[in-house]
Amino acid sequence: MENNFSLWPDELYSLLKVHNISQVSVVPDAGLSRLITRCIDDNDIHVITLTTEEEGIALMAGAWLGGDKSVLLMQSSGVGNCINMLSLATNHRTPMPMIVTMRGDYGEFNPAQIPMGQATQTVLEAMGTIVNRADRPEDIVPSVDSTLRLAFNTFRPTATLIGQRILGAKTFGSD
Amino acid sequence: MTSLGQSVRLDRRELCRSILQNRDDMLVIAGLGASAWDITAVGDCSENFPLWGGMGGAAMIGLGLAIAQPQRKILVITGDGEMLMGLGSLATIATKHPPNLAIIVLDNEHYGETGMQETATKHGVDLVAIARGAGFKRTQLVQHTSDVDALNREIRSDGLFFAVAKIEASPQKLVLPPRDGAILQSRMRASILGSSAHKQI
Repeated sequence: MENNFSLWPDELYSLLKVHNISQVSVVPDAGLSRLITRCIDDNDIHVITLTTEEEGIALMAGAWLGGDKSVLLMQSSGVGNCINMLSLATNHRTPMPMIVTMRGDYGEFNPAQIPMGQATQTVLEAMGTIVNRADRPEDIVPSVDSTLRLAFNTFRPTATLIGQRILGAKTFGSD
Repeated sequence: MTSLGQSVRLDRRELCRSILQNRDDMLVIAGLGASAWDITAVGDCSENFPLWGGMGGAAMIGLGLAIAQPQRKILVITGDGEMLMGLGSLATIATKHPPNLAIIVLDNEHYGETGMQETATKHGVDLVAIARGAGFKRTQLVQHTSDVDALNREIRSDGLFFAVAKIEASPQKLVLPPRDGAILQSRMRASILGSSAHKQI
């Protein structure tokens, strides 16, 4: 399943603009590709490509110290790399919204994606994150809007998990 | 100029005192442990953000702050163990290349808070070479008191900068900053943003 005709990546970009997000950190995922491109093309948004996702958690702490609003984009496997760093959000009461594209759930082909994919929500919640799931395309924008509002209005880590049911499972040519 | 002791290795606290005197409006992030105690011993203030956790994240906090406040000088002071845990961040930071960020690693070649176990720098891992390889153009290895004036000039100059200062491994008196992270964050935000800091939506 391809998302070439999906509107939600452009709608998410518009949502980031409405919320005055100026720092977007990324470990790429195919499902986020269009959104990342839109952000790169925007001179008012700094896109920071990370070597590992926990860097994005620390970046959000620094951004907020200086009055910038930041969001972290990653796939679910990267959530595991963030666990200890998320203590910054709790200790400092820092807004840390995350947009996570799921691997290792609906229709997964790759066995290696299953352990972290199935643990993603549990791990985030264990570290104090409010998690919304979006498993239908029409849920994505309202859910991310909520994730951004909850983070910046109530000073905590929040996440929207965009389900593989929407994104489609990577088939590695086995179709 | 400043008293930095006569020993072969620099005294970490005297070095921090030298770096932070005449700091103007510099904003300082300190990695958890001894670096946080050091900047607090020199003088706790709203422009200090000493960490109690988030090991490996100090430099990235510096990057986020440097992007948000491009008119301010941001200084990250951290230890070798903390920097080793976030080596990838050197690649991330060099790629963004913020001109207002300086990173100083106080390198005693040991994990000082956990029983003085040796770190990788004790065995030859060269953090300056790693930073240069990542793309930092301006770097310095600080080993002698005679290097410190140049270090202070580099920190205060424009352009992304990375330094390693080889320091004594002997422990220093604990001087603890406030432990409530919400206070540490709020006070720095208020210092930078004024009263609007607490009304930002």
